Amino acid sequence: MAAVLGTLGVNLLMFLRFFFPRALYEPKTKFLIGYPSDFGFGVDTKFQKDFRIWVVRNTEGIFVISAICTHLGCTPDWKPSENKFKCPCHGSGYDPEGINFEGPAPRPMDRAHVELNPEGQIVVDLSHLYSWPKGDRSQFGDPGAILRNV
Amino acid sequence: MADTNGHPEKPVDTASPAAGNGSGNGPGNGGSAVAKVLANAKAVQARATEELKETIKAPEKTDVWKSILRVKHDETPRSRALGVLSNVFLHLHPAKINRDAVAYKYTWGMGGMTFYVYITLVFTGTLLMFYYHPSKVIAFRDILYLESDVPFGKLLRNMHRWGAHLMVIMVELHMFRVFLTGSYKKPREFNWVVGVLLLVLTLLLSFTGYLLPDDQLGFWAVTVGTNMARATPLLGHAGPFGPQLGMTPFNDVRFGLLGGSIVDSNALLRAYIWHCVAIPILASAFMVVHFWRVRKDGGISGPAPMMLEREIKDVKKI
Repeated sequence: MAAVLGTLGVNLLMFLRFFFPRALYEPKTKFLIGYPSDFGFGVDTKFQKDFRIWVVRNTEGIFVISAICTHLGCTPDWKPSENKFKCPCHGSGYDPEGINFEGPAPRPMDRAHVELNPEGQIVVDLSHLYSWPKGDRSQFGDPGAILRNV
Repeated sequence: MADTNGHPEKPVDTASPAAGNGSGNGPGNGGSAVAKVLANAKAVQARATEELKETIKAPEKTDVWKSILRVKHDETPRSRALGVLSNVFLHLHPAKINRDAVAYKYTWGMGGMTFYVYITLVFTGTLLMFYYHPSKVIAFRDILYLESDVPFGKLLRNMHRWGAHLMVIMVELHMFRVFLTGSYKKPREFNWVVGVLLLVLTLLLSFTGYLLPDDQLGFWAVTVGTNMARATPLLGHAGPFGPQLGMTPFNDVRFGLLGGSIVDSNALLRAYIWHCVAIPILASAFMVVHFWRVRKDGGISGPAPMMLEREIKDVKKI
């Protein structure tokens, strides 16, 4: 009896482990997006399709917003005429810096790690995110969250 | 009855289900009301402890145990013979049915019609599988191909789509009817539970089929649906106690559903297998049990048998 149960138990664990592969073939999370001089003031959507990010320059510097709504993960649309991001799924709205101001989104959209490589190009790392959870400290000023004076 | 979990009634006061909130709300006696609530709560707790003890001591005496394992399974020739004679496959079709119990006015025929729609879905779904490849880019192209180039492809696809919507609606109406007629009560509680499982499986079939056309609608629906799984307690990386148990986007329950950290080709393939193989098999198995139990619990529940006027032989004249 114990042997049978043990065998079945191990088989169940093996069955469950089967669904978690060791390697994945998903899009790269670290990539180059060009030189800081390529980006003017405001929101740049040219990398939305390839990398699901927006590059934003404001008075402080350049940062990269991960284009994932913090409500349930849809991609919001940039509406230049209204100067905001609007999520088509449940209507969350964000200002041009990705700060939520309407709809069900619980916090601003996350920002990706940015740094300059020796050549002077911007390297974006989507696996390293900076967030601003509600009622918590903003990580948006941390080193790596924004490129200042570029 | 149900509140004693099958054990003989305990001599505990259970007369006030509202836990003493119903009366004594006048000004000045707030203290006694609180005391009453506390006393009731204590009594409930004592009874729960008592029942838990009895359940652990003799689990075979609980309603749950008795509704799953209906009869004795001892090694006597009689038990073994009954094991064959009461076989589920011999009892799917009833020998006779109470006429009043199958009146459409009473049953709405929703259970039978749901089964009919399910058969239609299995049939049209199998035909659709002849033209559908569950991989990115090709999947949506196959849908367009079915719509425009396959003879009757559009008809089959729409039969499958509308049938799926209809099945969800019918299952819910069936449940509504069963609830209204009180058919979930003893001795049919076990079958009600099986029915609830079938409802969940129907909804899962619906949800997994949503992604398969690989269009924007399905893609974002599944994105939203599986993002909720992030917040699963213990098993999701954004849920309560998830991070403490070492959950990340790469090893939690959402990852297991999608086969990746994003809704991609693995997710499509998994949805396809769940939709076409795993859930239909599970649902069919539960349907067999469901229909079998309808017979075993005394047929479709119904009002007391009535006689038609022409069947009344001699009307008493006064």
